[in-house]
Amino acid sequence: MIRIVLPHHLRTLARIVGEVQLDVDGPVTQRSVLDALEARHPVLRGTIREHGTLRRRPFVRFFACERDLSHEPPDDPLPDEVAAGVEPLLVVGAMAGG
Amino acid sequence: MSRVRVLVGTRKGAFVLTSDGKRQKWDVSGPHFGGWEIYHLKGSPVDSDRVYASQSSGWFGQLIQRSNDGGKTWEAVDNKFAYDGDAGTHLWYDGTPHPWEFKRIWHLEPSLTDPDTVYAGAEDAALFRTTDGGKSWHELAGLRRQGSGKFWQPGAGGMGLHTILIDPSDPNRIFIAISAAGTFRTEDGGQTWKPINRGLVSKYELPDPNAEVGHCVHRIAMHASRPGVLFMQKHWDVMRSDDAGDSWREISGDLPTDFGFAIDVHAHEPETVYVVPIKSDSEHYPIDGKLRVYRSRSGGDEWETLGKGLPERDCYVNVLRDAMSVDSLDSCGIYFGTTGGQVYASTDAGDSWAPIVRDLPAVVSVEVQTLA
Repeated sequence: MIRIVLPHHLRTLARIVGEVQLDVDGPVTQRSVLDALEARHPVLRGTIREHGTLRRRPFVRFFACERDLSHEPPDDPLPDEVAAGVEPLLVVGAMAGG
Repeated sequence: MSRVRVLVGTRKGAFVLTSDGKRQKWDVSGPHFGGWEIYHLKGSPVDSDRVYASQSSGWFGQLIQRSNDGGKTWEAVDNKFAYDGDAGTHLWYDGTPHPWEFKRIWHLEPSLTDPDTVYAGAEDAALFRTTDGGKSWHELAGLRRQGSGKFWQPGAGGMGLHTILIDPSDPNRIFIAISAAGTFRTEDGGQTWKPINRGLVSKYELPDPNAEVGHCVHRIAMHASRPGVLFMQKHWDVMRSDDAGDSWREISGDLPTDFGFAIDVHAHEPETVYVVPIKSDSEHYPIDGKLRVYRSRSGGDEWETLGKGLPERDCYVNVLRDAMSVDSLDSCGIYFGTTGGQVYASTDAGDSWAPIVRDLPAVVSVEVQTLA
């Protein structure tokens, strides 16, 4: 079971309360987790990853286990703690600066 | 008794303002989509409960929301705006070719006859259409592919398609306007397009006085009874066309400044036009801190100042291109929103004004529905 924490605006958009908990078949990667997330909540398509290319949107970040995984290849395995459901994958809106 | 619904898009959400036909007491609902930029909301002319909203965010991109109950509840519909085929290039700021990149939807224009058909104006400039109530969007790519598309170049505000006017007498004739590109017309429902910018002069932005495209058109407006007559607020200059855009002439006349963004036409008087003059392209606020609407009852050239009820001093807000609208009650109501978060209404065609709300986020768009 994978745990995902979404930012406020995406929780509101998808009408999610608290964490999302998902089961992922096969390797637990950014791509497989986000595929599963978007399959359950289609309204999130295009909000985390761009349509078509499925690239991470520029001001979205992926954190887990106190690491920034945003620049990791999308098919690399996520940390074991995320795959085991011990730690959540955090989808974060990047700081705006200012 | 008739009612009025005012749909307000702001930098931080949407608001729905409703009143009876007297337009004195208002209910305010919102923010809907709090924290998101709402560039535009608009209701279907044939089903007033059907409302579409453009919701966007620098973080999370573009969404389109649809309401079937006049803005009380919403559902997200398709948000995939893919340029048709090989998108090609336009010019970048440095003059080099640059791929078309979708950024946001600036304007939604529901069909005059079908609540499931809506046109959407995008940045980078393109026109999309849904015919299934927003479940899918498809580009009318003939606009970008007409000869000049590869020469369009964004201005500082982005290359947005911000105005869509459908001819009530011929739904195949549509006028659109694009920032820093100009105005275009189709006669075949969007398959082919023609630039219609003859007569526009932009000597500080375009050195070529005969430039076919590149004009920074801020907004165009028409009266439903005379779709061949168009009014335009250009970057500088207020313009008029009496031949469906084939030629334009300046009607700025005695305006104190002819820079501005918003322009609209009285619901019952096709020669009565409203603008909100803004000091200059360098100073986006009213002259001398006095917020003023100007009205011409002669189709331009001669303008009268309308300031009763508007701020007399220390007002340094802007009124953006989509932030003015009119109702169709017997005494025509005029509405506009400011970047200071006020929405002003006049129930007497502009003679006097009062704020409906004062402290919203910066207002981007105002649309009015007159309800039976």
